[in-house]
Amino acid sequence: MTIEQQRGRNTRDDKRTSGLLIASGDVAIIGGGVVGCAVARRMALEGASVILIEKAADILDGASKGNSAILHTGFDAPVGTLEWQCVQKGYEEFHAIHKSLNLPLLKSGALVAAWTEEEESRFNGILNKGKDNGVKDLRLLSRAEVISLEPNLGQTVRAAISVPREYVIDPWSTPLAYLQQALKNGGKALFNAEVTGGEFDGSDWLLNTAQGQVRARYVINCAGLYGDILDRDVLGGSEFTIKPRKGQFVVFDKAAAKLVKSIILPVPTERTKGIVLFPTIFGNFVVGPTAEDQEGRDDASVDKENLQVLRMQAIEKIPDLATIPVTATYAGIRPATEEKGYRIIEDKTRNWITLGGIRSTGLTSALGLAQHVHHLLAKQGAHFETITEPAVPCIPNLAEHLPRDWQKPGYGEIVCHCEMVTEREINAALEGQAPAGSLSGLKRRTRATMGRCQGFYCSARLAELTKGKFAEPLDVGEVND
Amino acid sequence: MTDTLKYASCDVVIIGAGPTGLSAATALKRAGIEHVMVLDREPEAGGIPRQCGHPPFGIREYKRLMTGPSYAKMLVDTALKADVNIELKSTVTELKPEGVLTVASPEGLTELTAKRVLFATGVRETPRSARMVSGDRGLGICNTGTLQSMFHLKKMIPFRRPVVVGTEIVSFSALSNCKKAGICPVAMLEEDTRPTLRWPLHYATHLFGVPLLLNTCVVNILGNERVEAVQVADENGSLREIACDGVLFTGKFTPESSLARMSHLTFDPVTGSPVVDQFGRCSDLSYYAAGNVMQPRFGSDTSAAVPLYYTADNLPQPVKVAGQCWQEGKLAAGHIVKDLSGALPAASA
Repeated sequence: MTIEQQRGRNTRDDKRTSGLLIASGDVAIIGGGVVGCAVARRMALEGASVILIEKAADILDGASKGNSAILHTGFDAPVGTLEWQCVQKGYEEFHAIHKSLNLPLLKSGALVAAWTEEEESRFNGILNKGKDNGVKDLRLLSRAEVISLEPNLGQTVRAAISVPREYVIDPWSTPLAYLQQALKNGGKALFNAEVTGGEFDGSDWLLNTAQGQVRARYVINCAGLYGDILDRDVLGGSEFTIKPRKGQFVVFDKAAAKLVKSIILPVPTERTKGIVLFPTIFGNFVVGPTAEDQEGRDDASVDKENLQVLRMQAIEKIPDLATIPVTATYAGIRPATEEKGYRIIEDKTRNWITLGGIRSTGLTSALGLAQHVHHLLAKQGAHFETITEPAVPCIPNLAEHLPRDWQKPGYGEIVCHCEMVTEREINAALEGQAPAGSLSGLKRRTRATMGRCQGFYCSARLAELTKGKFAEPLDVGEVND
Repeated sequence: MTDTLKYASCDVVIIGAGPTGLSAATALKRAGIEHVMVLDREPEAGGIPRQCGHPPFGIREYKRLMTGPSYAKMLVDTALKADVNIELKSTVTELKPEGVLTVASPEGLTELTAKRVLFATGVRETPRSARMVSGDRGLGICNTGTLQSMFHLKKMIPFRRPVVVGTEIVSFSALSNCKKAGICPVAMLEEDTRPTLRWPLHYATHLFGVPLLLNTCVVNILGNERVEAVQVADENGSLREIACDGVLFTGKFTPESSLARMSHLTFDPVTGSPVVDQFGRCSDLSYYAAGNVMQPRFGSDTSAAVPLYYTADNLPQPVKVAGQCWQEGKLAAGHIVKDLSGALPAASA
């Protein structure tokens, strides 16, 4: 039996309990990626009772687990599209709320760098598009200006366009904050609850999940990589097909962060968007992503050949990276479709909205998309009492440039030494309204084991601290020494 | 760190309470240096030997054959008897010029000043990611250090039937640990034509009943949640799958030296160690480095512009065993004693 068949069988076994009604509310959101979390937050703040349904043990288990963590201005988005609109609105709303949610923002700025004459010749197009998109502060930099701004950039750089308001954010704490705010304002989240089918009775949906039945007036399909399959399974058809596209990344040691401060964007060509070099909010420096079309929706494996090519491409552009060790490698899968743009589809007769084809801009646009969903529901006649003074969660800061938990006394001990993660942080992530449901979830909430030693020093302690917390624990059993 | 104020200015601060650090500290006290403090970020002193539940340890130092944990305890007891101050859960977060250290502990952040600092932070194995091994990233992929600390310190095991990658000394320590823990490795892989560990020791694979596959490397790890199999390739490139529930990457040691890398000290990116003179002094003469954190340059090619070190195909670093580290610690202490009495040349350059 292949691995895939085994997995398929496991999922079917999990559907035994589907008869029981376990939750009911105004809006069910299927999928706990960044889009689902943002929609849950928006609708909860608008006064709807929301239920977020996630098939994995924790949020951010699909496309949202591996992205470039960039807050886009939308300067290069397709002009006038819904994607562009949502990116702009998302960008604005993030700025309005990030301080109160304690979400970090690294004001790195970006440079669209040209390394060939051909690339440089595309600059006018980019500048014009930026202007059309309302990003008015793009500026052309000469080679000398680029070098003086980023002296460690390879000397073959020809020129660059400065995008001063393109920033870096925390890709995992951000959606977690959205979900936490939804939960704090009356929302509910169900995990290990894959949706397997549903019936619309003319006014309400009754969804079957692996945990039991969920009743809701409206359903928002935020199932990302499985959005088309969900539509097919429940509605009987889908207007699009997901074409999974893998992106691999190489993470360099924190020593690299001092080399280059800006996000280095490529000049997009007809064929490819190209690879990005960017600092992370955690103090690392990353190169990626590749763009590889593939069949598998779960296959986020990495491969040596592509990783080595990425590393060499990074060294070409920032020669000093040659002396910096590689800390980690990862891959994410974008839910691309047969078309470039977002696939927002409304089934008004059946109170169903599908948010499909949300790719790399999703982290920025999620808040804008959530506003859009609210707008669509309002037009369909949904009416809720907006919460006037919503509860606001405070998310633990993991950004390297802001005070971390280890700097405050009483943290117990530092468990993960590479990322300076404390016992207090780990315990907090295992408790509360949306506790970590897997080791990956704990890593995303705390950074434990994500540093240069990748768990060499702290895995044993982590196995002890997380004992009995995860369905898939770090250890496979106990022994007598 | 209740004694921080008392030691706010130390004679010597040693970073790392492993064999190198504890041996140096003991030697310094015995040579009459008054305030000697060892800082370690772990909750327990003794370093890596704490988790090596097998002999041979202690022959050179204590003229007895010991296991790692009892050897570690002996090192700590000896240091404490010599009146060395050991501060645990104390993480040095920054090395500043002239022996100023920022230290984080559960009681808060402090700054320490020492006349001399000895950097003895040891080595760790290269993880899967830095080796750039292809495949899924499920549970069950780790280094020997993780297996040892899970088993000996927490009585847990990360897998039951792993594939072991590498044939260095530590790889055989891994096999010994597996046997004790009831773990049955399905194979030991070596990409080279012969084992890294010299004859006749590598015959130990026979003792442990683990098939040794030479000319073989892991080309793919399968299993999203947890490892389910590995794909291996032999010298002809032909592939086959081996079912397993873990991959144990052993050896390829790399200095645990990021503190030095991020500091003002001159650093050698090829070895991953700070640059030192013949006395073990760093570019800032108040800093010394010794033990496994100091790795020698390999072969004759000292001008390598791109360090092989960080690529997947790097050469294995010859890790020093505890006895050698202990010896280096004593040697470093001797230099520091001389230095403090003004008997070392100011700068060798």
